[in-house]
Amino acid sequence: MAAAARFFIRGANSRLSISGFGTGAQSCFGAALLRLSPGCSSRTKTQRRHASHFTYQPDPVPTQYGPTQKMNLFQSVTSALDNTLASDPTAVIFGEDVAFGGVFRCTVGLRDKYGKDRVFNTPLCEQGIVGFGIGVAVAGATAIAEIQFADYIYPAFDQIVNEAAKYRYRSGNLFDCGNLTIRAPWGCVGHGSLYHSQSPEAFFAHCPGIKVVIPRGPVQAKGLLLSCISDKNPCIFFEPKILYRAAVEQVPVEPYTIPLSQAEVLQEGSDVTLVAWGTQIHVMREVANMAQEKLGVSCEVIDLQTILPWDTETVCKSVVKTGRLLISHEAPITGGFAAEISSTVQEECFLNLEAPISRVCGYDTPFPHIFEPFYIPDKWKCLEAIKRMINY
Amino acid sequence: CGTMLTNISNVLRACAQRNGAAAVISARTYADFTAQATFEVKKCDTHKLDEAPATEVVMTREEGLQYYRTMQTMRRMELKADQLYKQKIIRGFCHLYDGQEACAVGIEASINLSDHLITAYRAHGYTYTRGGTVKEIMAELTGRRGGIAKGKGGSMHMYCKNFYGGNGIVGAQVPLGAGVALACKHQGRNELCVCLYGDGAANQGQIFETYNMAALWKLPVIFVCENNRYGMGTSVERAAASTDYYKRGEFIPGLRVDGMDVLCVREATRFAAEHCRSGKGPILMELQTYRYHGHSMSDPGVSYRTREEIQEVRSKSDPISMLKDRMLSNNMASVEELKEIDVEVRKEIEDAAQFATTDPEPPLEELCNHIFYNNPPLDVRGTHPWSKLKSVS
Repeated sequence: MAAAARFFIRGANSRLSISGFGTGAQSCFGAALLRLSPGCSSRTKTQRRHASHFTYQPDPVPTQYGPTQKMNLFQSVTSALDNTLASDPTAVIFGEDVAFGGVFRCTVGLRDKYGKDRVFNTPLCEQGIVGFGIGVAVAGATAIAEIQFADYIYPAFDQIVNEAAKYRYRSGNLFDCGNLTIRAPWGCVGHGSLYHSQSPEAFFAHCPGIKVVIPRGPVQAKGLLLSCISDKNPCIFFEPKILYRAAVEQVPVEPYTIPLSQAEVLQEGSDVTLVAWGTQIHVMREVANMAQEKLGVSCEVIDLQTILPWDTETVCKSVVKTGRLLISHEAPITGGFAAEISSTVQEECFLNLEAPISRVCGYDTPFPHIFEPFYIPDKWKCLEAIKRMINY
Repeated sequence: CGTMLTNISNVLRACAQRNGAAAVISARTYADFTAQATFEVKKCDTHKLDEAPATEVVMTREEGLQYYRTMQTMRRMELKADQLYKQKIIRGFCHLYDGQEACAVGIEASINLSDHLITAYRAHGYTYTRGGTVKEIMAELTGRRGGIAKGKGGSMHMYCKNFYGGNGIVGAQVPLGAGVALACKHQGRNELCVCLYGDGAANQGQIFETYNMAALWKLPVIFVCENNRYGMGTSVERAAASTDYYKRGEFIPGLRVDGMDVLCVREATRFAAEHCRSGKGPILMELQTYRYHGHSMSDPGVSYRTREEIQEVRSKSDPISMLKDRMLSNNMASVEELKEIDVEVRKEIEDAAQFATTDPEPPLEELCNHIFYNNPPLDVRGTHPWSKLKSVS
């Protein structure tokens, strides 16, 4: 009850102090992050009210893949697709409005470079796009289908779950649509409201036969996307749309792959394990710093990267070490993927747990229009959850 | 003098059903205006129909003024929304309807408020013609508690009595509309459902499923394809194998209508409504129209079409200008009168915008309300298991 009251007060105050969020974060993390994150530039008072709930934290420059170039998320996706079209003569990219470059500019320049029979628009029909993509894949060509927003993927749900995922199984390995990759922009964006902000990974996690992958930044995105394309299973690649412009890193120009089903430990720690994916990773990194400063708690941050099949070993190994687990995602809490992780971890690591596993997720409501700042699992809610776990 | 008397008597007769006292006053003040006139409208192309809507239509002065006022209000409202969006007072998505006013007004003119209507996301115009007030619409755009959906829906999700929205996923509203029509038929209320979608959505599978069901069960539904030539940024030639959208229903009779002429739309809708109400089953109308703005506020609207094209449509086929010219050239209204209407409309919009900017946002409790129907109130799980919010319905 008290916690609920505290939550309401915090909720009420957060409106007033959201302008303080930006300045607070900036003063904590110094000028370096201020320079890197375009979200923290000087703003007027009205605009600061809509500051994003995270500060983008770029990866260090990868040195093992050759020369790098500064790219943001959509440019790294374009680079991956460019590499694919160049090396694989059967690759085709299709979807709504991809020809002129796509509504998020992920396919800019590809049609001019590779021709209109390799990069083409489809009419407005998600079910048709995915069904068509499955056919292309089964016949042997590499199909990269784009669904314009993850919120629109549901007409294609039957095709993905019933046709794509089960093809190899029901044909006894005679046919498969491993050449299919579906890309879709994913996650909250600040003003998307009900139909431009959804995170549907949990629906697809329930379907054996497909792989679901979510990157946290440009370097990961290019590597993971190339892995998905070369993977011999149908893959769904969700791209956090809020990071398309906000996430800028030095990305290798040559193709490279990052293995699927391998979670990455971003930061080692001894007291709490924090698991997240996509945009939420950047929130968690901030939370880890805050926990260290304010509570003296050392956090281990893990980016799950592949949702299905997920890396149980890395997460369980970490929980065995720390004894506490916090999982966070934007999707609603009931039936969200955190529930699966929580359940598996308590099975494997029951005796190692010092406190109940905590999930900080979206509410069980449709993604709201005006209430978005209250809905999203921001760093304060996560910090509160860590406090409870430490004091359990 | 003789014609003057005939005109006065015409006005009195026309106004007989309305306020008698007003008719006498209006006869005295506006006696020099024509009470009604006959206009010629473009012939509609037909598909599987033996008859077509009339090409000579009658419009009275009152009707003309009402259409003018409604269209002008819609136009001003959309332009105000454009302004507020650029000032970041409206956020999120905003799909503007200016240029297409004749469609909404023409359709509403031939159906009753007891009939039903459903459309996709370009819904501000229909919300207004179906009974929403400008204040409610603008407050919904800015997400305030005075909004028509309590501020929880935003631009794409506006509803009012017998208007089912306001739907984000294109094509998904069409089977819904057929369902509404089935309910009407079942309950024997002689109502019909107007079910709108765009040229982009016309390629969705669900629509063809709906055509089949509607024709099979002879549902009283008027399918309306608002063809504004571009599905977001894709022109119709590049999206559809057949751009004769009125023929796409195949076994459903179809009409192709000039959607920039409010009288043509009105006449076609009257024809279609009669077809439905007489139990002949569904009918499909393609309204050829145009939108001046881009797909939404984040689309400049000029990367896939030329400014000259927009200018040409604005100067030659603008629905409000066309109506104004018709009324002025037939002496049905004076320039001053129309200007007065403009001034009133402007004031109404200003007041609504003021309200929309100053009304408070919905309270936090609203976040969890109306998820389910629940009595007693349900606990909604929040971000942690110990933070629960109540949901009421």
